[in-house]
Amino acid sequence: MNAGSLLGLVAQRIALGLVLLLAASALIFAGTQILPGDVAQSILGQSATPQALANLRAELGLDQPALTRYFSWLAGALQGDLGNALSNGQDIATSMSHRLGNTLFLAGTAAIIAVPLALILGLVSVRYQGRWPDKVISGVTLATVSVPEFMLGYIAMFLLAVQFQVFPSVSTIYDGMSLGEQLQAIALPALVMVLVVLGHMMRMTRAAILNVMQSAYIETAELKGLRRFTIISRHALPNAIAPIVNVVMLNLAYLVVGVVVVEVVFVYPGMGQYLVDHVSKRDVPVVQACGLVFAAVYIGMNMIADIVALLANPRLRHPK
Amino acid sequence: MNDELSYYLSRTLKGSMNRRHFFGRAAALGLTAAAANTLMATSLRAQTPQKGGTLKIGMQGGGSTDSLDPALAANQVTFQLLRMFGEPLVESDPSGTGLQMRLAEAVDSSPDAKVWTFRIRKGVTFHDGSPMTPDDVLATLRRHSDEASQSGALGIMTGIADMAVDGDNVVVTLEAANADLPYLLADYHLLIQPKGGVDAPAAGVGTGAYKVVNFEPGVRAVFEKYDGYWDDSLGHFDSVEILVINDNTARTSALQSGQVHLINRVDPKIAGLMARAPTVTVTDVAGRGHYVFIMHCNTAPFDNNDLRMALKLSVDRQDMVDKVLMGYGTVGNDFPINAAYPFFDDTIPQRVFDPEEAAHYYKKSGHDGSPIVMSCSDVAFAGAMDAAALFQQSAQAAGIPLEIRREPGDGYWSDVWNVKPFSASYWGGRPVQDQMYSTAYLSSADWNDTRFNNPEFDALLNDAKGELDEAKRREMYSQMAYLVRDEGGLILPMFNNFISANSNDLQGWIDDPTQDLMNGYAPHKCWFA
Repeated sequence: MNAGSLLGLVAQRIALGLVLLLAASALIFAGTQILPGDVAQSILGQSATPQALANLRAELGLDQPALTRYFSWLAGALQGDLGNALSNGQDIATSMSHRLGNTLFLAGTAAIIAVPLALILGLVSVRYQGRWPDKVISGVTLATVSVPEFMLGYIAMFLLAVQFQVFPSVSTIYDGMSLGEQLQAIALPALVMVLVVLGHMMRMTRAAILNVMQSAYIETAELKGLRRFTIISRHALPNAIAPIVNVVMLNLAYLVVGVVVVEVVFVYPGMGQYLVDHVSKRDVPVVQACGLVFAAVYIGMNMIADIVALLANPRLRHPK
Repeated sequence: MNDELSYYLSRTLKGSMNRRHFFGRAAALGLTAAAANTLMATSLRAQTPQKGGTLKIGMQGGGSTDSLDPALAANQVTFQLLRMFGEPLVESDPSGTGLQMRLAEAVDSSPDAKVWTFRIRKGVTFHDGSPMTPDDVLATLRRHSDEASQSGALGIMTGIADMAVDGDNVVVTLEAANADLPYLLADYHLLIQPKGGVDAPAAGVGTGAYKVVNFEPGVRAVFEKYDGYWDDSLGHFDSVEILVINDNTARTSALQSGQVHLINRVDPKIAGLMARAPTVTVTDVAGRGHYVFIMHCNTAPFDNNDLRMALKLSVDRQDMVDKVLMGYGTVGNDFPINAAYPFFDDTIPQRVFDPEEAAHYYKKSGHDGSPIVMSCSDVAFAGAMDAAALFQQSAQAAGIPLEIRREPGDGYWSDVWNVKPFSASYWGGRPVQDQMYSTAYLSSADWNDTRFNNPEFDALLNDAKGELDEAKRREMYSQMAYLVRDEGGLILPMFNNFISANSNDLQGWIDDPTQDLMNGYAPHKCWFA
C-alpha cells in the first residue's frame, strides 16, 4: 500500500462531501420554497398596502419559475455571489462573513477550552474509574448536558452578571473593541457553550479509552510496570482517537450551527440570530446562503473526522 | 430624606400637588420652612436638563433585516432609529391632542380643509451640512407617495392630489377634505431627507438631534449629538447607543446589571417585580394599541348580529386585563378608540361581562350549537393564547361553545389574520380616529378585517373628515363608535399599556400615548441627573 492510494481515499472522501453539499443545496432551496407565508407580506408586515406588496413582489422576481431561480442561485453561489438580502438590500456575502466571523470566534473560544478539558477529564475519569473523581466528573458533566441551554444561560447571567456583576450579560461585540474586551464580552456565552458540549466529548473519550483498555497490549504495558496514567495517555489514547475525533467534530459543528438559543439569550451577533431574523422575514436568499454555509460546516467537519480516522487507523491506511 | 417627604416632593415637582401644600406637609414632618425651601430648590435644579453622557437603550423589536430607509421602517427599533436622526414636519403632542411644530413652523388650511400650507422652518441643516429647504420637503413627500415606493406611509399619502413649493411654503392639495392631514403627516416614516432621499434612501442623513455614527442591523446603532441641531431644548446626551435585545430576560438583566439605562417592552408578568428593585423605575403609559378578537360580519355564523353580540357579552374584560396584562392596561369597549384620541366620547357605556344577557342573545341567534372556532396564536399579541383560554371559559359560562384553534405563528399575518373568519389580532392604533376607522372599518378598506359593511358608518366617516366644527365632529365620531360597538365584528377586550423601565439616574420622563419610549423622544427629552 502506498501514499498514492491514501491520497485517493482522501480525494474520494472530499468528492463525496461535495456531492453531499450539492444535494444539500437542492434540499435547502426546495425547503425555502415551501415555507408558509409570503416574502413581500413578511417584509412589509401588517402595515403593508396591497399596492406596496405588489410592487415588492415584482421587484423581487417572485414571479419566475422555481427551477430557473435555483440554477441562477447555484451559479451565483459557486462564484461567491450570494446576492442581496431582500429585506434591507445589503450584500449577503459581506454581512454574513461578519456574522460568520463572530460565530467562529465564539465557537473557537469555546472549543479551545472545551476540547482539551474534555480530553483531560476523560483521561482522569479512566484513571480513577469507578472512584469518586470519575463519579463527580460524570455527574457534573451529565447535569450540564441535561439542563437546557437557555436555562444554563439564565443561571449564568443571574449569578455572574446581575448578582456579582463579574461579566456583562449582553455580549454584543463590534469593531474597535480590543481582544481583551471581546473576550470579556463573550465570557458568559462561551462558558455556557463549554458546559453544553463538554459532557458528550468527555463521555466518549472515557468510553473509547476504556474499550481499548481491555486489549492485550495494555496488559503487556501494565506488566512492564508503566505508570497507569502513562499507559492511558501514551498507549490507549492514540488507538481510541478515531471515535473521539468523530464526537469532537460533531460537537464543533454544533458549536457553529446549533447555538441560536445561546446567541439570542446573550444578544450575540452571530450566524444563528442572523438566520432566525431572516427566516421570520422570509428573506429567502439569506436563508439559503446560511443553510449552505451551515451544511458546508457540517459536511466539512465530518470529512475532517473521516480523514483523521483514516490517518490514525493503520488498518484503513494499509488495507490487505 | 424620608420616604413620605420625597413622595410629596416628587408629586409637587410633577405638578400634582401645589407648593403651599408641600410646605405644609414638610412642616408637619418636622422640617423648618427654610429647610423645606432648600430641599425644593435642590430638587428643582435636578429637574433642569443636564447635558452630557452616553445613554444606552436596550430595545426589543429589531432584527438583522433592519434598514435606515425611512420608507421601510416597520418595527420598534427602526422607528426609534428614525427618531434619532430625522424629524417630520409636525409631531403629535404628548397630551394626545394638538400638534407640535417641528420642521414646519406653521400650518394653515383653506376653510374647506382641502388645501394645506406648511411654512417650512429656516436655518435648519442636514447632518451633511446642506441647508434643509422646501424642495427637500417636497421631494420627501413625493417619494413616499410614489406608487412604486415601498413606503409604509403610502396609504396615508394616497389622498393627495397635488403638492408644490410656494416660496417658503409647501402646499398640499387634497382630493377630498381632510381636517386631520397634519396629524397624518406626523407619521414617523415621513422624516425629511436631503433631496427626498431618492438617491440614497438608507444613508441615515436627516436634520435630527443625533447623527448616525455606526449602524449594524439587528445588533447596535451609535449616535452622537449633532452640533448644528436647531432646537436647543432637545437632545441632552453627548451620544446614544441603541442595543437590540429581543429576549425579555436578557433585556431585563441588562438593565439590572447596569449595561443599559432604559429598556422598552417590559413583560407585564415581571413589571411588578421589577418595580420593587431600588435602582429601577418602571413606567407604564396608556397608549392606543389594543388586542382584539375579530369576526367577519359577512361569514356564517358571524353574519348574525345576535351571535356577535352574544360573544361580545361573554368576554370578561377586567379578568383579561388583570390576568393577561397584569393590570398594565385598560378594558376595551368594542370600538378601537380610547381617551388617547382627540374627540373621544367618554360617555359611551362600558360593556361588561354578562353571561345571562349573552345566553339570551345566543339563543336568539338560533345558532345550531356547533362549536364556534376561533383561530389564535401567541404572535397575535403577547398572551393571546391565555386570553383565548379565558374567553373560552367565560363563554362556557354563558353556554356558548367556543373552540380555540392554535395556528402556527409562522405566516400568521398572511394566512390567518384577515383570512380566517374569527381570529385574534392586535392594532397599534393610529394618531387620529379618522385614520384608525379608515384603515380598518371603512367597508372598502383593504384591512377591513371585520368585513364591516355599514353605509351609515361610511357616510359619517366621510363627512367627519371635512368637518372643521369640533363639536359636530365629536358628535359624529360618537355615533360611529356606537355603530362599531353594537353592530361591528370587533371584540376589543383591552388596550395595552407601553411598559418601559429605566435606571433611576435617568430624569425627565413624560408620558406620551402615541408610541413606545415617549413616542421615541426619550433620548431627546431625558437626561442624566
